[in-house]
Amino acid sequence: MNEPEDNRHASAPWVEEMHLIRDLHDTQAFARLFEHFAPRIKGYLIKSGADATMAEECAQDVMTTLWRKAAQFDPARASVATWIFTIARNRRIDLVRRSRRPEPEELAWGPEPEPEQSEILETQQEAAQLAEAIATLPAAQRSLIEKAYFADQTQAEIAAATGLPLGTIKSRIRLGLERLRHAMKVSE
Amino acid sequence: MNPASISHHLDDATLLAYAAGTLPEAFDLMVATHLSLCDVCRAAAGAFDVLGAAVTLDDAPCAQMDAGSLQSVIAHLPDMQARPLRAKPAGIIPAPLQDYIGGNLDAVRWRPIGMGVKQAILKTSGTATARLLSIPAGAAMPDHGHHGTEMTMVLDGAFRDEDAYFARGDVEIADSDVHHTPIADIGADCICLAVTDAPLQFDGVLARIWQKIIRI
Repeated sequence: MNEPEDNRHASAPWVEEMHLIRDLHDTQAFARLFEHFAPRIKGYLIKSGADATMAEECAQDVMTTLWRKAAQFDPARASVATWIFTIARNRRIDLVRRSRRPEPEELAWGPEPEPEQSEILETQQEAAQLAEAIATLPAAQRSLIEKAYFADQTQAEIAAATGLPLGTIKSRIRLGLERLRHAMKVSE
Repeated sequence: MNPASISHHLDDATLLAYAAGTLPEAFDLMVATHLSLCDVCRAAAGAFDVLGAAVTLDDAPCAQMDAGSLQSVIAHLPDMQARPLRAKPAGIIPAPLQDYIGGNLDAVRWRPIGMGVKQAILKTSGTATARLLSIPAGAAMPDHGHHGTEMTMVLDGAFRDEDAYFARGDVEIADSDVHHTPIADIGADCICLAVTDAPLQFDGVLARIWQKIIRI
């Protein structure tokens, strides 16, 4: 088995594993993702107020969902970490609320070609750059952002999480959405 | 639909809280409904998901999984789902809101609340409330102020208040200092989704009694 930590610095970390799971039902690739992400998901849930038993169960659920929905992962639209974060966050809300969180409409997906390699790389790299930018933030600003994601409280000043390259990510996502909508119109 | 025509968007604080998963359910419903119509905000919400992953998973404390956890999960892995093809729903109500109504506009169970205005309260958990409003073309909502934050999004028709014009997809965000009188555009009845984290305050004794009866 590969050393999991090696993947963190690849240009598109964990995407290969996702494809192995989707195409070959590869449980070794799954094990590598599990060893990296499950303890992080559990840590996130505990820091968000879950007890250890609940967090363990929930982290297992999230990883199981990753397997079940592997075909829905699109590396041109999100990094693996981002995708897993959304699954974990939604699972956490399910537990608190006992009902599904309302999600935006799916953009209808037709029979769709594999995304361009360059698109995948850009999406993946921007996510990685953002993570790096956060690591270099002053402690005070960093803790403000963390509070927004960990603490169950409203936020006003946190939205001023400026100084982060969110603008480029927003424009990339918008570009992707426009392309998708254009493709949908053409295929109609 | 032309997403570019939306000119009143959700604010970053709300989109960030949606990504963090810390909004009350009624506000989640507002955001999900707006994102279904607005690519600008959908992209911004996506960026806050990226930020969330960076903060919570990329560089965050780990908690060791129980012994045998991985083996147990692998032993119970389910069948994979094919990518679902969910068709765009017909009608003016976006999919997440249809889930709460139990259908499209014709499934709404309206209750008249006076002067031709109708409302339907949607069931959500927590203290924040969500409701649909139908205001006759050209009619005014009663003048009211707010204790908390109220967001109103147009689904059909349009309304204007003292400051601006709101059409399909536009969100009006009113805080406790806003005191306003929205008026539906003359062209058509105005259908809105409104969410608030505190009861509205109506001016005048009659309006207050009315409010008790209709439990806005």
